[in-house]
Amino acid sequence: MTGRREGHGLMDEAVLLERLRRGDEAAFSHLVERHHRPLLRLARSFVSSQAVAEEVVQDTWVAVITGLPTFEARSSLKTWIFRILANRARTRGVREGRSVPFSSLSGDDEPAVDASRFSANGMWSRPPEAWDGNAPDTILMNGEAMRSLSRAMEELPPAQAAVVTLRDVAGMDSAEVCSVLEISETNQRVLLHRARSKLRRVLEEHVGAK
Amino acid sequence: MLTCQGLTELVTDYLEGRLPFTRWLSFQMHLGMCRHCRGYLRQMKVTVATLGHLPPEPMPPAIRDELLRRFKDMRSA
Repeated sequence: MTGRREGHGLMDEAVLLERLRRGDEAAFSHLVERHHRPLLRLARSFVSSQAVAEEVVQDTWVAVITGLPTFEARSSLKTWIFRILANRARTRGVREGRSVPFSSLSGDDEPAVDASRFSANGMWSRPPEAWDGNAPDTILMNGEAMRSLSRAMEELPPAQAAVVTLRDVAGMDSAEVCSVLEISETNQRVLLHRARSKLRRVLEEHVGAK
Repeated sequence: MLTCQGLTELVTDYLEGRLPFTRWLSFQMHLGMCRHCRGYLRQMKVTVATLGHLPPEPMPPAIRDELLRRFKDMRSA
């Protein structure tokens, strides 16, 4: 349940890279469609507007096209792409006078679960409902839940949004995320915890044990 | 003693394999005894799995076509 899970129609990376190098347009479309949105979301964590984020993502794709022939596969293709984006977006953010507080963990100390759900001795008074009949597939088909999830992702503090996008949406491991975002492992874990806890709460509002 | 509330704050460390052994042990023991916390852990796993399966959102065709054009140009250059 916990391992890396590959989402919709992901091609094996070696195969994908090989096809990209041969100039396979379908492979390139696949790559772009798959990562465009997460890239945009990550860019948005660094820069002040959607328009600037879109510009950074397009520049990133151009850099990817240019760099593909010499890409040495020392990191995964995905990590390479997200690193190009993070570097560009970071530079852009600094130029805008905007710095993302990736290392400052203060200011957001909300608990994973609201304290009102527990009794005075810390045991559940309003426990979570069983989701066993509601594995991801059912949730993914629940339009309202998906809209709320998407909205909640937009509303996450930038550093949390960046971490959860890379870890859970793009499927990178923690070492890759730390290197792309230039943060410590502990920091990454705290940000991930806050983001995931918040997103679980959002899904909980829509997914009952029916 | 690890409480349910305490467990909800350790879930990510647990899933990341970062709990020190004694913490991990009390986490496991608590899970063994507490159906609600097993349900909570499952919800967290389902949340993560859901995020990993978000359908790709369509991008503006104009941008996609422009990128494809550049990709083709690169090949023929």
